[in-house]
Amino acid sequence: MGLLIPQASDTIQELSVEELRAKVGTGMEIVDAEEHMLLSMGPQHPSTHGVLRLLVELDGETVVNLAPDIGFLHTGIEKTMENKRYVKALVATDRMDYLTPMSNNLVYTMAVEKLLGVEVTPRAKTLRLILAELSRLASHLVWLGTSALDLAAMSVFLYCFREREYILDIFEMVSGQRMMVSYIRPGGLWRDVPEEFVPAVRKLLDFMPAKIADYEALLTHNPIFEMRTQGVGTISSEDAIAWGLTGPSLRASGVDWDLRRDQPYLDYASYDFKVPVETAGDVYARYLVRIQEMRECLRLIRQGLDRLKPGPVNIDDHKIVPPPRAELGQSMEAVIHHFKLWTEGFSAPEGFVYQAIESPRGEIGCYLRGNGTNKPARVHFRGPSFVNLASLPLMSKNRFIADVVAIIGSIDIVLGEIDR
Amino acid sequence: MKRDDMVVEKLRAALGDAVEEVSDFRGERTVYIRKDRLIDACRLLRDDPDLRYNFLADIVADDHLPDYPRFAVNYHLMSMPNKHRLRLRVWVEDPDDGPPTAADIWVIATWLEMEVWDLMGVRFAGNGSLRRLFLPEDWQGHPLRKDYPLGYEEVQFSFNWQEIDAKKPYAKQ
Repeated sequence: MGLLIPQASDTIQELSVEELRAKVGTGMEIVDAEEHMLLSMGPQHPSTHGVLRLLVELDGETVVNLAPDIGFLHTGIEKTMENKRYVKALVATDRMDYLTPMSNNLVYTMAVEKLLGVEVTPRAKTLRLILAELSRLASHLVWLGTSALDLAAMSVFLYCFREREYILDIFEMVSGQRMMVSYIRPGGLWRDVPEEFVPAVRKLLDFMPAKIADYEALLTHNPIFEMRTQGVGTISSEDAIAWGLTGPSLRASGVDWDLRRDQPYLDYASYDFKVPVETAGDVYARYLVRIQEMRECLRLIRQGLDRLKPGPVNIDDHKIVPPPRAELGQSMEAVIHHFKLWTEGFSAPEGFVYQAIESPRGEIGCYLRGNGTNKPARVHFRGPSFVNLASLPLMSKNRFIADVVAIIGSIDIVLGEIDR
Repeated sequence: MKRDDMVVEKLRAALGDAVEEVSDFRGERTVYIRKDRLIDACRLLRDDPDLRYNFLADIVADDHLPDYPRFAVNYHLMSMPNKHRLRLRVWVEDPDDGPPTAADIWVIATWLEMEVWDLMGVRFAGNGSLRRLFLPEDWQGHPLRKDYPLGYEEVQFSFNWQEIDAKKPYAKQ
């Protein structure tokens, strides 16, 4: 049998191995071009969670080799941000990992604040923590729904999206947007949260534990789910570290590592929470870690709400945050600050920083270099999805093609962040 | 802070002149390493029982146009046992003659170097799988370089509509 590859025109052509290698552009080593089948999975495939193309070499139904082909969603976010002022560049971060905009806002904002050398107010810190955890909860809900849907558990998907919608309503309440929030900004927050915020989050805390129990009732001891996930896509702790895995995927391999606890930022050091760790390193272990993490999110949010004290959410430096609207009518200085800020923005000193936080998917890092002007000279994001995807070939080797679907679901990738 | 100094001491003791410069900014330690000694430094950082930088978080290339040397490559290392971060920085004069690949030390480097090559065009010596990762295979240039044009569409007014339309790149018939 020659090599078969589907073309855009839906005809099947026979190609030599060299021609094929040049064509597929994934650099994959093809083991046996004569006997094995090459399958192009995606980019338009519901289980790839976006526009991810996988080139799979199959021996029957067994995956011999696999290579991800990415870049279909590349929008040059880093380049765009380098040509915008510090505050304007913030909106691009929402569009990167669109399932957890608050974490992206947070990492970029913290990098800018580190570069500027400013410290935000206690209330802003607590609110940021609450919002980041809400965002983690929302992201895990999408992951749970979609990865269960990939394994044909339809109802979980519907329940998860119902609860996620509640969280998005909270985001809309505070920022005016469901997903592209741009709420956490250099110097603090866009504005203080409205009065309804705390009762709405408390309501979430009240009903959410029962909902998580519901999801667990549907999946955790479900024999079909167990058979599809246990022992599938295993990765050892040594491999996980060498391949740069972070987040729940790393913790499912028995590595007890969480930036919130081990390199604390915001006020995480003073909060009481557990870091769930599993040792099996398979799809099921990643599921268990994330489910437990959702419960820990609730604990963190509850503690955050209890500590929330009235006070300013923005720093007092009007070179960085705009002055309150009310001051504009009375103070000439406020008018000048307002004008300068919206026409020029603020300038950051020369130097470079790297800020990493624990996003729902792992370590999201922001490298930022300032050159004394009002635009960043270099912005780079270390996307956890991007790095986690690199170990997909390792996890999928010698598994069935149907397992690849379960594995992609379990590493929880967002293509917007991979391609940036 | 003490660990920051210990790292530099160890590097200086073992590799001598490989450490070009050490800088601190906002509590982050950056060690400038000579390009040809990078792998030795990485191996020491990973294997030394006191250091154990077992995790490569990121590789970032930086374009300093119009300064010389133009490119810098940053390696963000992390030591999980010691909970410590360190940045190695390597100056690159000629992007085609970039730093050696760190894939022997941390496997993930292959993947991260591919991104750097695709978007910044720094070629890592010894990385055989450098290819276009995000951009199409036939793409010209490396978009994150500072001399790469941003793209611009000329605005057409009634008096110069035809003139600009003739230059616009779309199918005319």
